[in-house]
Amino acid sequence: MDLMIESFPRLLDATILTIELTLLSLFFGVFVGVFFAVLRTSNIKILCCISYYYSYIFRGTPLLVQIFIIYFGFGQVEWLRESFLWIIFKEPYSCAIIAFTLNTGAYTSEILRSAFETIQKGVLEAAYGLGLNKIHVFFKIKLPIVVKQSLPAYGNEMILMLKGTSLASTVTLLDLTGVAKHIISTTFRPVEVFIVAGSIYLLMTFIIHNFVKILEKKLDYSK
Amino acid sequence: MELLAYGDTGWGDELFFATLMTVAVAITAIFIGFLLAAIFASFKLSNTRILNLIGSFYTTVFRGVPELLVIYLFFFGSSGAVMYVAKIFGYDGYIEVNAFLTGAISIGIISGAYSTEVFRGAVQAINRGQFEASEVLGLKKKIYYYKVIIPQMLRLALPNISNVWQITLKDTSLISVTGLVEIMRQSYIAAGSTRDPLFFYSFAAVLYLFLTFLSLKLFNNLEKHYSKGH
Repeated sequence: MDLMIESFPRLLDATILTIELTLLSLFFGVFVGVFFAVLRTSNIKILCCISYYYSYIFRGTPLLVQIFIIYFGFGQVEWLRESFLWIIFKEPYSCAIIAFTLNTGAYTSEILRSAFETIQKGVLEAAYGLGLNKIHVFFKIKLPIVVKQSLPAYGNEMILMLKGTSLASTVTLLDLTGVAKHIISTTFRPVEVFIVAGSIYLLMTFIIHNFVKILEKKLDYSK
Repeated sequence: MELLAYGDTGWGDELFFATLMTVAVAITAIFIGFLLAAIFASFKLSNTRILNLIGSFYTTVFRGVPELLVIYLFFFGSSGAVMYVAKIFGYDGYIEVNAFLTGAISIGIISGAYSTEVFRGAVQAINRGQFEASEVLGLKKKIYYYKVIIPQMLRLALPNISNVWQITLKDTSLISVTGLVEIMRQSYIAAGSTRDPLFFYSFAAVLYLFLTFLSLKLFNNLEKHYSKGH
């Protein structure tokens, strides 16, 4: 019990990094996801292929491998070390965010793709019939439908990403899991630390879950 | 390419056995998961409130907490727990619990939380008439479960079991932090001694892609086989 109270402030401090990693990755991941989902629905075959293999590779391999390739692997590439990009790739923080972004981007693109496919043809025909141009149709017709359709699945993805950020601890970052591991390995009392750190994670999942639920209700125009 | 040679000169044989280890851990874990899911899904479906709560607690905790944290709990906790029990029986030495077992159990418990939801959903998707019919026919409980409910449930659950398998397979990479020599750990060792992390981690990614590709094909065939007549 003492250990639980003692470790709580340290774990809470580390939670800030976890939240930061989650929000940044999700933010960038949405853009990556939209980009590849649009590529996937395009009529040009090569673009479609690129998007397909991107999501296939990132969803078919563990996140741990992706982080290790970006953090340990890219450091080996000579021209990368000499270019200005090295400022980004030498830091574990930015490497973790790049890996998380690409990973969540792949899942997001799949969620959005299936949402794009649910748009009824008649809606688009009506929009074009009214004389709206392509940009208008995309932003005013397609996007609102897609956002509403993909919200429940995206809520799950947000929670998966929150859990995924725990892998940042494998590249020396001290996020919630990293600090928890550090405390466990110095005190050898895993149960207490697990309860505290686990509760913080559960609280965050709970908040995300309810946030998505409220948003779903707000976007439900049918009622 | 000589880095992947089979034998003493390359890492081919090591990586091959590491791949087998990954598959072995994943299969053990998913079966531990099925066992837990059978128990907790029946808890969730029962009419007793306290059992419902226990079932929900299990699935909420192990689906909401990062896999890595669960692995640390079991990795650091298991030898402590075993030594505590051994002490009661009068043994005072240090006991290290097998890394394979710790890994398979921790991944199994996580995988079980996902399987529980899959099993529960599948049972609920079975037509109500089936339950009523077997009641009217006066089937014994055992026959009712094994011959009526479970075969239908498994067919309905198959696509989602495929998903759980993919998650479990990828989660095994996290066991590398405990030192069990599976694909990730072996790549880490190889990358360290050859100073070629890019090659070995990329190769690990290819191995995982191969495994996920293979299992997707297998599950698609199974699905086709079991949906005959539907």
